[in-house]
Amino acid sequence: MNRSKAQPLIALLLSDLKRARRHGGQSLLPLVFLFSVVAMIPLGIGPGPNLLQAIAPGMIWVAALLSGLLALDGLFKSDFDDGTLEQWWVGDQPVIRLVLVRLGSHWLITALPVIVLTPVAAQMLYLPNAALGLLMLTLLIGTPILSLVGGLASALTLGTRQGGALLGLLIFPLIVPVLIFSTGAVSAFLDGLPVRPYLLLLVALLVLALSLVPLATAAALRLNIE
Amino acid sequence: MWTQIKLAFHKLGSPLIFYRFAQTLIPWLWGLTLITLAAGLYQALFVVPPDYQQGDSYRILYIHVPAAWQAMATYIVMTILATITLIWRIRTAEIMAMTAAPIGAAFTLICLVTGAIWGRPMWGTYWAWDARLTSMLVLLFVYLGIMGLYAAFDDRRQGARIASILILVGVVNIPIIHFSVEWWTTLHQGSTINLFGPSTMDASMLPPLIWMTVAVKLMFGALLLQRARNELLDQDQRKKWVLEALRMGGHDS
Repeated sequence: MNRSKAQPLIALLLSDLKRARRHGGQSLLPLVFLFSVVAMIPLGIGPGPNLLQAIAPGMIWVAALLSGLLALDGLFKSDFDDGTLEQWWVGDQPVIRLVLVRLGSHWLITALPVIVLTPVAAQMLYLPNAALGLLMLTLLIGTPILSLVGGLASALTLGTRQGGALLGLLIFPLIVPVLIFSTGAVSAFLDGLPVRPYLLLLVALLVLALSLVPLATAAALRLNIE
Repeated sequence: MWTQIKLAFHKLGSPLIFYRFAQTLIPWLWGLTLITLAAGLYQALFVVPPDYQQGDSYRILYIHVPAAWQAMATYIVMTILATITLIWRIRTAEIMAMTAAPIGAAFTLICLVTGAIWGRPMWGTYWAWDARLTSMLVLLFVYLGIMGLYAAFDDRRQGARIASILILVGVVNIPIIHFSVEWWTTLHQGSTINLFGPSTMDASMLPPLIWMTVAVKLMFGALLLQRARNELLDQDQRKKWVLEALRMGGHDS
């Protein structure tokens, strides 16, 4: 791809990031949410380190999933409302690329800060330090899938009035395998079992999602602006 | 032959022809459902011998297993209809795909509930986080998601097309869910009925299962056509063909 072709994509990415910075909360909200969930767990089930340690990988993953849901509602909404979205089909860029850039910026804004601050959350739940790197690795592979799947759900519900309420229901079945393999990897590591198969399956899911979900997302967006 | 099939396929895209087709078929399907259901239930309850370990309680499988099969088969039917919807935009296919979803959800629920009732005395628990149970539960959520998405749109045709995309995404996703939850240690017994190879179920227990499976398939056909017909009449209630069809005495139910 030469420079002039890539330019609109870079412009979209930069404007997304700029918009996120101006509405300061966008990146902060998932973080605050993540930590409030993580802080509620010991309050709910007691501060015993053994129990917390056992559920830490799963809980951090679930909290990361829920925090990822927060920003999804507006992913395409404002562009849909002001007609920018229709321009996507007029321009010379394949819509799939634009979708990918939009999802990439969503990941940068919401998921990356969560991954960076995972060590803090892991400390709060007594996750052994040795498992921390692996947990962050699963988040690194898994959260892009969440962004892709979430983008699809967001595109599907774009034309509805109460779309937000549906998002969770649509995403849950799609994200089950990611959750199983990610937390399975960490549990296997803590039990001294090999983690490689889990990571390979996660990467396979990422490749599958990366190649198929943008197609479905673009089709859903298209049907919404018809 | 092929052109005739193609012609019939396209003809069914017309609401009026679909309506007449459904009107003719529905009573037959219900009649055959009742006959096969009666035969299956009679054999299941009175003819087949009790199991040497489970006694009489295994008889619930004659509802549980056909419902489970139909829960999955419904999704395959919906996939075909969703594909037709997205490629040819045939309205009757849209309507059938959407009206099939609640039927599929109902069979999934029947499967889960009968399984729970059977599981309590046999496994000692109503629910276990076992691979098959979990996949069925996720399948139920997939059905509910499709129904919810369709219902969220004011424009029903737009809703049907967008929900069709979700159906196709689900078809890629469901096998992945199935295999991912298989990784958990499994409590559910393996398949006892094998199409390719010998079944481990005793031959004397098989006939009612076949009858019940056929009955459930016929019932699904009847329910699907009936729901699709009603939805079509509802959507088109102010259109001319509905008035004509009803005036010509088509409404017997």
